[in-house]
Amino acid sequence: MIRFEPRSNPAAFLVYGVPMLAAITALLLAAIPLALAGAPVFRAYGLMVTGAFGSVFAVSEMLTRATPLILTGLAAAIAFRAKLWNIGAEGQLYMGAMAAVAIGSGMISGPSWVMIPAVLIAGAVAGALMLIGPTILKVRLGVDEVVTTLLLNFIVLLFVQMMLEGALKDPMSMGWPQSAPVIDEAALPALITRMRVHLGLVIALICAIALAIFIKRTVWGFEIRAVGENAAAARFAGISVTKTMILVAALSGGLAGLAGVSEAAGTRGYLATDLSPGFGYAGIVVAMLARLSPIGVIISALFVASVFVGADSMSRAIGVSSYLADLIVAMSLLCVLVGGFLVRFRVIFERRQGKESHHGNP
Amino acid sequence: MEILDILLSANFWAASIRIATPLIFGVLGALICERAGVLNLGIEGIFTAGAMAGWMAVWLGAGLWGGVAVAALAGAFFGMIHAILTVPLGLSQHVSGIGVTLLATSMSYFTYRTALPNVSSPPRITPFQPLDIPFLSDMPFLGTALFSQTALTMLALFLVGATAWVLYRTPLGLAIRAVGDNPSSVEAQGLSVYGLRIGAIVVGSSIMALGGAFLTMSAFDAFFFGMINGRGWVCIALTVFASWRPGKALIGALLFGAFDAFQVRLQTEVGSFLPSQVYLMMPYLLSIAALIVVARKADYPKAMLTPWFKGQR
Repeated sequence: MIRFEPRSNPAAFLVYGVPMLAAITALLLAAIPLALAGAPVFRAYGLMVTGAFGSVFAVSEMLTRATPLILTGLAAAIAFRAKLWNIGAEGQLYMGAMAAVAIGSGMISGPSWVMIPAVLIAGAVAGALMLIGPTILKVRLGVDEVVTTLLLNFIVLLFVQMMLEGALKDPMSMGWPQSAPVIDEAALPALITRMRVHLGLVIALICAIALAIFIKRTVWGFEIRAVGENAAAARFAGISVTKTMILVAALSGGLAGLAGVSEAAGTRGYLATDLSPGFGYAGIVVAMLARLSPIGVIISALFVASVFVGADSMSRAIGVSSYLADLIVAMSLLCVLVGGFLVRFRVIFERRQGKESHHGNP
Repeated sequence: MEILDILLSANFWAASIRIATPLIFGVLGALICERAGVLNLGIEGIFTAGAMAGWMAVWLGAGLWGGVAVAALAGAFFGMIHAILTVPLGLSQHVSGIGVTLLATSMSYFTYRTALPNVSSPPRITPFQPLDIPFLSDMPFLGTALFSQTALTMLALFLVGATAWVLYRTPLGLAIRAVGDNPSSVEAQGLSVYGLRIGAIVVGSSIMALGGAFLTMSAFDAFFFGMINGRGWVCIALTVFASWRPGKALIGALLFGAFDAFQVRLQTEVGSFLPSQVYLMMPYLLSIAALIVVARKADYPKAMLTPWFKGQR
């Protein structure tokens, strides 16, 4: 018989070590698909490491990839803290990118210190609104936010497509469905010359630190945690669950919107329908690997980004499909779930006879 | 009246039933899982896995029904992962479901890319052909609309009846419904809560996978990246709309199919004064609208999303 017994006070090394162990397990499990695909397994791992860390360029690419992942990871972390199941970061990211491009590609102009905050705010507001809608439906009418936010991802992507063929179409794009480029004053500048890593990374790091302080040290942060732990008790203690949920929605959607701004005004410089290869969904994995801690999100985003960049580079070198990266990321999510369970519970194997004594007197 | 002409044509209803078929599989699978108390957000990935596995089995030389069996097994495999994580381990059904979707999707894509590294146009198989039943298929209206569908559509319709019969007419169905409402009462009967829930998720997931298989083996004849395109999530919404009842699931899926077929015809009849994306958004908007309409009176299985542990009171 296997029995699970809750641990009263899990040791710190378990709490922090298990996510790392989960990530390593997922990386090791990737040897199975690699071997089945007939790839040289050790060489593939080597190529993935050099692909993500082997040069200044590789690290810059990895940090560029980590930037939106930090932001969508934070978006998932804050929402899941309050048990608001926002699976719509992908759509919120595209709305943020669209808002940034709408005002940043020539509609208004000004110096950088006006334009950059303007596109950031526009993107955050657009992302926030995308989540506040479903959240109001949830708290007022009881409409399941999981399904509405998921479906909105598809609606937003079609909407972006429509805008790129219409109002936002770049007249110079020779038929490619993409927006006009973001003007120089609104573009997030590169941090290192001739490298792609840009100001978005700094913004993402600031957001992570600010969110950590916000959750730990402010009354609103306390209320968010309270609502997440036990909404009924929080309501009884006089916390407005509705207001807290809408605040969480604004923060979560806003962060996902910023990820869109960072991609459109930083990494790409324009908007297209392939702006995000699933950053919104990967953000959920990032948040879970970080145990919903904002500072942890930075570390797990770096891990997920190096998996993606490393696998891309490995794929180019030996022709193994880069979907391997998605596979590793999905496996690390499932591993960290199981790991989280092992932190909270002790697994006890006992003999059949032992069972009788437990249920001695029915 | 153009609109009336559309609604009265047998071809329109044939298209509606064809569009509804994968959704029927999906909603049935989802409602079996949810009736047992477990939300299965793995559905989108399980659709993908069923579509890929079934198609690839046939492409590698299996018969069409062999492909269907492989798809069902793929669904059962991913269902088992979700079941282990959510039932005995009692982990978050939301996160586990998303994890299964990510895993099943990436595994399907990786397998497809590894088997076919450099194909520009996806290879085709010979899919299920429309049935030609003596007399029935020659009937004036129903012959075209219903009896000229493929065998998988017939299987979907059969499963609606079978699921309803099992859920409402057998002791097993009573136990499944009870385990989703009040698992402790089921344990008091001496039945295994874990066994019932795991069984329901595995069976439900393999039925979902058939919805994917229908797409690559009946509606189309090849596998494409992104071909599921949110159909799984639509099924989750339709399950709420159908109040977790197989009969209503059939009606919901048919209404949905009819609406989708109608908007495609309207688009060609009325012309394109609206961008095509507006029409493509309709199914998703409709799903959200359906959720909002039933939200107030949605009667979720009472123990849904709540993990249950052995020995708990």
